[in-house]
Amino acid sequence: MNTIVKFLYGFRDWVDDRFPLMQNWNEHLAKYYAPKNFNFWYFFGSLALLVLVIQIITGIWLTMNYKPSADMAFASVEYIMRDVDWGWWIRYMHSTGASAFFITVYLHMYRGMLYGSYKQPRELIWILGMLVFFVLAGESFFGYLLPWGQMSYWGAQAITSMFGAIPVIGEDLSIWVRGDYVVSDVTLNRFFSLHVIALPLLLCGLVGAHILALHEVGSNNPDGIEIKKHKGPDGIPLDGIPFHPYYTVKDIVGAVVFLLGFFAVVFFWPEMGGYFLEHNNFFPANTLQTPEHIAPVWYFTPYYAMLRAIPDLLGGALVMGAALPIFFLLPWLDRSPVKSIRYRGWKFKTALAAFTIAFLGLGWLGIELATPVYTNLARFLTVVYFLFFILFPCYTSPTDSVVTKYYRAGVKWILRLILAYLVIDQLAVMLDDKQIIDNAFLGFVSGYALLVILIEVLGFYSLDIDKPVPDRVT
Amino acid sequence: MKGPREVDISDILPGELKRVSWQGKAVLILRRDEEALKSLPGLDEKVSDPGSNDSEQPGYAKNEYRSVKPEYLIVQGWCTHLGCIPTYARKGEIAEIENWQGGFFCPCHGSRFDLAGRVFKGVPAPLNLIVPPHQYLSDSVVLIGDDSGAA
Repeated sequence: MNTIVKFLYGFRDWVDDRFPLMQNWNEHLAKYYAPKNFNFWYFFGSLALLVLVIQIITGIWLTMNYKPSADMAFASVEYIMRDVDWGWWIRYMHSTGASAFFITVYLHMYRGMLYGSYKQPRELIWILGMLVFFVLAGESFFGYLLPWGQMSYWGAQAITSMFGAIPVIGEDLSIWVRGDYVVSDVTLNRFFSLHVIALPLLLCGLVGAHILALHEVGSNNPDGIEIKKHKGPDGIPLDGIPFHPYYTVKDIVGAVVFLLGFFAVVFFWPEMGGYFLEHNNFFPANTLQTPEHIAPVWYFTPYYAMLRAIPDLLGGALVMGAALPIFFLLPWLDRSPVKSIRYRGWKFKTALAAFTIAFLGLGWLGIELATPVYTNLARFLTVVYFLFFILFPCYTSPTDSVVTKYYRAGVKWILRLILAYLVIDQLAVMLDDKQIIDNAFLGFVSGYALLVILIEVLGFYSLDIDKPVPDRVT
Repeated sequence: MKGPREVDISDILPGELKRVSWQGKAVLILRRDEEALKSLPGLDEKVSDPGSNDSEQPGYAKNEYRSVKPEYLIVQGWCTHLGCIPTYARKGEIAEIENWQGGFFCPCHGSRFDLAGRVFKGVPAPLNLIVPPHQYLSDSVVLIGDDSGAA
């Protein structure tokens, strides 16, 4: 062994005597045994981590040149784009990174739903992950105000006004949040502070906790089978392989492919046709003029469509406010003993497909103008979105245990009553308007018919039959 | 500009809208023609609060036109849903709405208001547009933000 290598080993041992270096290396990488059957869906966790690093590094450099004041913010962003060396590159990485963050995180969450990764014993990983998602949403919202363009301004104006929906204290609360009667310099300053320090700290802490919790219980896999049930004489799971080097290599391949796409967007389509950077945000904030067509960035459009579809201020805010927290309940709503979609029955698959269509459909509707037809479609899809969760215990329970029996019966009659009320209410309105046999009417009839079929079949028609789960991963 | 402000309304043509800033918020001043005023009673069925009983306005503007002078509507450009500024849309300008008589359309979440700032049913906004305190100093000048001395 030559002297340099000897010195390096010596240095490592010197550190190791004073810091749990090798212990952590082994625990989280070299001797962390992950299932051998990870597939494509398992790229997105590490990719989300990569995007976090990109956002933090580009964010540090952006902050060096950005001015958080209502008078100078917009101009300073243009200064970064035109005069700062490589400023355009740093900013486009940051703005593309924001969308990339949501793409990777949404796919990462969807993976969890496909393979039941939220289920026992990984409930806490799921909860920590949901908290990461909430902080991320806040981070994106606060950051979006900083360029001080028209969309920045009016987006922040609408969201901060949402606190006004809370009875009694609402008005004062929204003024307290903004620090002014309208979004202003004061608001910009506090959003800047939250965006560059408060939430990033929280985000890093939560991501760390998410990974620590994962490494405590071990990773799930596309078969949803616990590899720790089958250990060799050395105590190592028979179907596990060390994360390093096997999955570090796999994730590097994923990162390379991801970065190819990422930089293609950064260099060639940084605005992504108005979806990553909205056209109206190239106009400075104007407090006297709301843009003609306003829509949030693409990753919030499903919730925006819900808000717009509910003809009531408090109701709309409540529905939108419930759309994400309801995910926290998934580990307990799911009554199935089977984790992976591979071994679940047709009911779960149908429900997940309906949910996927509802989510994507609402996302699309949130981009379009709110015409009466689209508003009704958004209402329909909002109901489907929530039915997925409300009926979850009904279509995943393999047995009629006492709890699910009562839940099933309660939900059945409550939903039937609500639906009957809605139909009668709608028919009365339409009879009033004498527009009884037109397209809108046919739309309503088919919409309600679809809902009835979904509820009756998924919720109450027979029990779901899972396929037998193999003993070992495939 | 946080205090009351004087606005010259003599240059607004019938059917035209003027937009001014008061307390950092927009105030919309609409000069309505005869036809516009006539269309209002017919919409009582379609708006949520036809009598403006739950909505916010000074006593002198709580009437069928929601204004001191029927001709001029003065409302805050602050959608009662989430505070965006509603856009003025003339008669027929919103093709998707059958028989649109003119009024305001909020670009944020699609709320609609008639030519008296009354909110239509079935939209997210709960209340009519707010009428700020104001008084006429002469035929051509209105003072927004102060109504002391007004009847």
